[in-house]
Amino acid sequence: MTATLTMNEITRETRASPATPSTAAASETTMIDAVTTTALVEPEVVDSSAAMIERNQKKQIDARRRRDALTGFVQSVIPGLVGILLFLLLWQALSQTVAQFPGPAKVWDSAVKLFSDPFYRKGPNDQGIGWNILASLQRVGIGFGLAALVGIPMGFMIGRFTYLNRMTAPIISILRPVSPLAWLPIGLMVFKAANPAAIWVIFICSIWPMIINTAVGVQRIPQDYLNVARVLNLSEWKVFTKILFPAVLPYMLTGVQLSIGVAWLVIVAAEMLTGGVGIGFWLWDEWNNLVMEHIIIAIFTIGIVGLLLERLLIAVANRFKFEQV
Amino acid sequence: MSNSFHLVVDNVDKRFNTKQGEFIAIRDVNLRVQRGEFVALIGHSGCGKSTLLNLIAGLSDASSGVLVCGGREISGPGPDRGVVFQNHSLLPWLTCFNNVYLAVERVFGATEKKPQLTARTEAALKMVGLTHAMHKHPNEISGGMKQRVGIARALAIEPAVLLLDEPFGALDALTRAHLQDELLRIVAETKSTVVMVTHDVDEAVLLSDRIVMMTNGPAATIGEILDVDLPRPRDRIALAENTDYHHYRKAVVEFLYAKQKRAA
Repeated sequence: MTATLTMNEITRETRASPATPSTAAASETTMIDAVTTTALVEPEVVDSSAAMIERNQKKQIDARRRRDALTGFVQSVIPGLVGILLFLLLWQALSQTVAQFPGPAKVWDSAVKLFSDPFYRKGPNDQGIGWNILASLQRVGIGFGLAALVGIPMGFMIGRFTYLNRMTAPIISILRPVSPLAWLPIGLMVFKAANPAAIWVIFICSIWPMIINTAVGVQRIPQDYLNVARVLNLSEWKVFTKILFPAVLPYMLTGVQLSIGVAWLVIVAAEMLTGGVGIGFWLWDEWNNLVMEHIIIAIFTIGIVGLLLERLLIAVANRFKFEQV
Repeated sequence: MSNSFHLVVDNVDKRFNTKQGEFIAIRDVNLRVQRGEFVALIGHSGCGKSTLLNLIAGLSDASSGVLVCGGREISGPGPDRGVVFQNHSLLPWLTCFNNVYLAVERVFGATEKKPQLTARTEAALKMVGLTHAMHKHPNEISGGMKQRVGIARALAIEPAVLLLDEPFGALDALTRAHLQDELLRIVAETKSTVVMVTHDVDEAVLLSDRIVMMTNGPAATIGEILDVDLPRPRDRIALAENTDYHHYRKAVVEFLYAKQKRAA
């Protein structure tokens, strides 16, 4: 900065030779001495030097920005990669010590083979992994959808009407902590088939977060909004559509988010017990066939699909979030 | 009918049942407000001014006594009393336009069609000077603007009485002054009857025709009523040198800090 100022002062008084940025640190007296002894220079040369200084400064700022971006990138990505590397090393060590436990390389080869033809069909119990995943997702979808259809309206009513809340509280408290698999025999007995029984198990397990979170959302509606409804004497329907529903939506979506994690967890367990088609069934089948690589692949597949489902719901939830005013 | 009172509060008590027994918030409150009058309710915290306003708004019921507005007994909230809350209470998922439209539709929807309802909403927002922010959401506008939308919503339904519960309490001093001037202009234009709760002495003297000063709670009642006989339209800068203004101000301050201090 000082270079430019000094230079402007000089050019105003005497047409001088341009000073380079590196000599800007030099004292003013020496610069003036240097200036008076040099020949007159055209203004364009002086201006281009100002531009040159500006360019250099910009280069420095850009370089710093690139450095910061790189540091940020490194700091966020490298630890993750290090973690994965350590995990793979641990796995490799485990596979060398425990018999029949395949290492990462073997599993990778197997996975490539498996996913190169994910949609083959050789019979009702022998299908590509793609079909299995889709079958599981379909069951989750149906059970989940039914749970939302029943759970969310129930949650609304429990939140809105205190009497209902007190009425249902003991039953919900007792049934909520029950393991999903305990519900399976009841499903099998009532439906006498594996598929509806699995859907039933999904339903009964994913319904609780939806009821509870929706009810809490209704109870947490700020009194301010309800005062507006009272002062305007809004009809019950208007209160629901314009106030209750939009206010409860974020809580509802949190409940749905929690449910999807449970549902995906449960379907794998249920399928292991009931058989048929699905990723859980496939995993158990591969255990019976003692193909350990496939079991490990199944574990990763289940984890990745579960993660994707959660991410999808988080994206949906964020779409409907509004800032509290 | 021209001399009949627009709003009558007749011997009103409000008691609450608490764990420690009965709590008397206000007792023996008598107040008569004429059409077009601007009344300020002022007092220390806990003097029951918001309780009284809630009774007039119909948000709670009096334990004894009667409240009458426009010739009808007050038995619940209604569109004949528009309320402006201290927290603007705008619905964050609706635009400013839709927040006001919600009220307009409720009151006029049965007899009017959408174009007329839209026109009413736009007129109300224009009156508070927010035409440019009509389609913004509450989180995109400032605190003062939010409060103006609240005022627009209350006015759009053309209430018999406009009730304001410390409407500018949450705003900074400059915005407050600006909105006070806006309110003066709006009230002059609409000739509304207004009851405003405030704890700001200057605000009360500047805006109102009468200041109702309440004693300290519990069992608070009306202590004194002061008639503010200053010429309208009220000019803040001119009044700064007006001796009557300072006389009224002194009277209120005396009540609040000298007389009520003894009572407390």
